[in-house]
Amino acid sequence: MSEERRVRVLVAKPGLDGHDRGAKVIASAFRDAGFEVIYTGLHQTPEMIVSAAVQEDVDVVAMSVLSGAHMTLFPRVKELLGQAGADNVLVTGGGIIPKDDVKELEDMGIGRLFGPGTSTKESIAYVKEWFAIHAVSR
Amino acid sequence: MTIREKDVPNISEVVKALSERDQEISDLKAKLLKWESTYERANKRKAVFNSGSGTEISPLYTDLDRAEADPGLLGLPGNYPYTRGPYATMYRSKLWTMRQFAGFATAEDTNARYKYLLDHGQTGLSVAFDFPTLMGFDSDHSRSLGEVGVCGVAVSSTLDMEELFEGIPLDKVSVSMTINGPAIILFCFYIAAAEKQGVDTRVLRGTIQNDILKEYQAQHAWIFPPNPALRCIVDMFDWCSENTPKYNPISISGYHIREAGATAVEELAFTLANGFEYVEKGLESGLDIDSFAPQLSFFFDVHNDFFEEIAKLRAARRIWARRMRKVYGAKNPASWRLRTHCQTAGVSLTAQQAENNIVRVAYQAMAASLGGTQSLHTNSMDETLALPTEKAARIALRTQQILAYESGIPNTIDPLAGSFYVETLTDNIEREAEIIFDEIETLGGVVPGIESGWFQQKIAHSAMRQQNEIESGERTVVGVNQFTEGSESIEIDTLKIDKEVEKRQIAKIVALKKSRDESKVSECLSALHQACRTDENLVPKILECARSYCTLFEIRDVMQEVFGSYKEPVFF
Amino acid sequence: MDESRLTSTSMNEVLERFKAGKPAALSRGISIVENQRDGFEAFLHAAMQTKLQGRRIGLTGPPGAGKSSLVALLTEFYISQGERVGVLAVDPTSPQTGGALLGDRIRMNDIAIDENVFIRSMATRGSLGGLAATTKEILDLMDCFGFDRLLAETVGVGQTEFEIARAVDTVVVVLVPESGDSIQAMKAGLMEIADIFIVNKADRPGSDKLVKEVRQAIHLRSGHNFKGFAGHHGPVIEVHDTAELNELDDELGWEPLVLKTNALTGEGIQELTQAIESHEEWIQGSGELQKRRKLRTEVRIREVMHRELVNRSIASRTVNKILTKRVEAVLSGHATPYSVAMELVDQFLEKDQ
Ligand SMILES: Nc1nc2c(ncn2[C@@H]2O[C@H](COP(=O)(O)OP(=O)(O)O)[C@@H](O)[C@H]2O)c(=O)[nH]1
Ligand SMILES: [Mg+2]
Repeated sequence: MSEERRVRVLVAKPGLDGHDRGAKVIASAFRDAGFEVIYTGLHQTPEMIVSAAVQEDVDVVAMSVLSGAHMTLFPRVKELLGQAGADNVLVTGGGIIPKDDVKELEDMGIGRLFGPGTSTKESIAYVKEWFAIHAVSR
Repeated sequence: MTIREKDVPNISEVVKALSERDQEISDLKAKLLKWESTYERANKRKAVFNSGSGTEISPLYTDLDRAEADPGLLGLPGNYPYTRGPYATMYRSKLWTMRQFAGFATAEDTNARYKYLLDHGQTGLSVAFDFPTLMGFDSDHSRSLGEVGVCGVAVSSTLDMEELFEGIPLDKVSVSMTINGPAIILFCFYIAAAEKQGVDTRVLRGTIQNDILKEYQAQHAWIFPPNPALRCIVDMFDWCSENTPKYNPISISGYHIREAGATAVEELAFTLANGFEYVEKGLESGLDIDSFAPQLSFFFDVHNDFFEEIAKLRAARRIWARRMRKVYGAKNPASWRLRTHCQTAGVSLTAQQAENNIVRVAYQAMAASLGGTQSLHTNSMDETLALPTEKAARIALRTQQILAYESGIPNTIDPLAGSFYVETLTDNIEREAEIIFDEIETLGGVVPGIESGWFQQKIAHSAMRQQNEIESGERTVVGVNQFTEGSESIEIDTLKIDKEVEKRQIAKIVALKKSRDESKVSECLSALHQACRTDENLVPKILECARSYCTLFEIRDVMQEVFGSYKEPVFF
Repeated sequence: MDESRLTSTSMNEVLERFKAGKPAALSRGISIVENQRDGFEAFLHAAMQTKLQGRRIGLTGPPGAGKSSLVALLTEFYISQGERVGVLAVDPTSPQTGGALLGDRIRMNDIAIDENVFIRSMATRGSLGGLAATTKEILDLMDCFGFDRLLAETVGVGQTEFEIARAVDTVVVVLVPESGDSIQAMKAGLMEIADIFIVNKADRPGSDKLVKEVRQAIHLRSGHNFKGFAGHHGPVIEVHDTAELNELDDELGWEPLVLKTNALTGEGIQELTQAIESHEEWIQGSGELQKRRKLRTEVRIREVMHRELVNRSIASRTVNKILTKRVEAVLSGHATPYSVAMELVDQFLEKDQ
């Protein structure tokens, strides 16, 4: 008898900037949307994020990057997830990311990236939709 | 109606004056009642008339609001309690310092920007460090990957500091540095670089932020736990009072507290409470209040609510003066005087229709000058998107120059004094701050308040409330939730940092480590290690390390071995 | 049970990789058990072909007491001893939304990427009495994976936590000198299950006082003033084992140790590891461990039976058919719910053999 599967999300704050207002707001909003949210705190390295994503068997990794290091951090997390055999995990997030960079990251297989001022509802809807289509059974 | 001292104290005249005053008040009360009934009946706009902090604003302020107020609350500029300004002559003698925060890529790149800014009439420098530096990592550390030189300049050793100020005379230009967790280390790099220029440290002017309490509360660039971190700060108070008397070893900052979501009142109260905490730590370690208090400086945010921001700065000065004098027993007026830097509110900038930000910044800057700031940074319009381009940075500076040279605002001191509204707001903010101080006291003080997450939760709640107000449309943000036409299309040029920067910076560290005297390095580091275990002042030890070109991370690492690292309490 | 009952090939794959020691497979295996995906019991059966021998330590106590911080420090110690450590941290699900915010990893960043450490967060999901069983099964799965040491963190508030606590060898109850904790602990019955008491946040005022209070309470209890199990009882099966365990404890008389720690500085951690060790020595030397394991196994069998019987009876056509009919009989006063239930159980046990 299976219960309805919950969406599991890792909300991570990679890099050295300490602006976690966005990460916390989205973590709370995800919880209120009925997701199981694993929050890892500030100053995470891509290695820490991926190791947590694998151990927690999450569907989604959501990262907030405000330090300008998005072109390093998003691809690195994606790459490490692949190496760990977790390619089916959605990597998404938000932050101050210029348009050109968003395009480039999406071409690399990163999910949608949300800019400043996006409402949390939009991100929730996006994750739910992705989950309905892509989630693997676990 | 005031009674002057030189007037003959004729009792009957005084009595007459007072009864005239009573008459005036009751007349006014009667008129006001009539006005109120007109107001009640009138059509009113559908809007929320609250201050930025959420307190209700009356449609009209009059003499009556402050009929009971003590005239001593105002005083004159440069006089206790400094409501009207910390200096007697204010902008008549010296305009505020126009100090634009800047830093990116390597020390050389930033050096070129500084020279450009100084050439364009900027009067002080303000260093923005990159995240690795703020967290105490060298550019070649694995944790620095992707962040070197991105949001500020990378400084990993005294060598970088020397390059940062190459050709800029440190005895002439005042320099402020935004650094907290490893502040004591960067400060020593700065001193060592100044020595290298042949400058006597006693003439150095400037400020280092060095405010760790607000890091725990809001900004999150910490390294050590509170107790050793506070010890480093007090060591700097002590050392600076002797060796760099014109330098501010701390800038007690509300800016980041506000940016994280606090209201104006919370910003004011938390910042001053942090200030009191530093004072108490200094006193506990045996320093004399008047030896270090004159060097304490402040840093506030100036946000959108124009009058509230002005009142906040005026109230801040009054509260500080009173506490320093009455509670901590300072005797030197310089200890009573709150001097502050201001920056326009980064969070108020919008990515949508970014040019509108120029206007927001201009109003905020005006509030800062009317509030009597000592120095000011005006944000560039593109700061929410990336590092400012040269053009955007120039417009931001020009905004200050227009204010200073065209608007006429600096012609007279504290021009809003006596405004029924501004004075009432000032009094109210002061009262509300006092309530918050009491609350903090019942928590057991600032550090227990941090450890239990009280500050963090207050800030988060206020942030949430504002977010909800914006999402519900109760609070208007032009271009975001109203008047959004044209919000999508606009593109502005933004400055991007080349990946080469990281490589250049790493190569530099490798070269440095090859060329320096390694035995000297390990000698200084182990002396520092020793000193961390005692209560010896750490500045001379770290300065020795800086002179020997130990790197930031090497020094931090030695200290961390003794001090441990701060573990963040997380609350939602 | 036959492994062909594994329902999907992907589950077979997971199993293979699990046996090959891949952490990602352990992780997926935990999800399978947690979600009670079809065939999870067959999966557990196939995975549990090795002897369970990991040392199990449970930490329980009020939220914010410092459990996660202590888990991180203990883990750091055990890996420095060359052990492999599995951590299971359980936090409550929000009853309003069904979501959960699991923040235990925040405290465990220092150990998070050590290859000898595996950390899993779990939400209680408010499943009816099933949480304890699931948690225990996940601990078993982690045990089979080959960890030397298993650390389970739970919030000490309800019956379920007692059950989980009973699934470990050593129960550490973490208290803090905040108001009324010792009284809370006694009310919640934590006194009954603790092998070791930790008064954490020793840097806060009141910690010595709390240590004293806890010691007093222990002495009162060993004077048999508190004998028996006070508290709310769950399903029959759980009452059974709890009562029995209490008896064991009383006979053998391990006096709970009371220690002070400061998880921010690490003070007292060495003493804690020593206390755990001496409890382990005692539990082994006295034969208590054998007894606990035996009992644990018995309880496990009963629980699985319980779950299986419930599931089968719900699915049983015979039961459902008769049930629908007999409801009318109850409504018309010709039978009572009790007579019908007994009838159904008898029928079910006979027919569905
Ligand atoms: N002052 C102090 N704070 C502590 C101590 N141990 C933990 N904390 C803090 O208490 C909070 C809760 O700790 P955590 O380990 O998450 O508690 P849990 O909810 O029981 O897992 C965190 O902010 C810790 O940093 C301690 O010994 N002293
Ligand atoms: Mg915990």
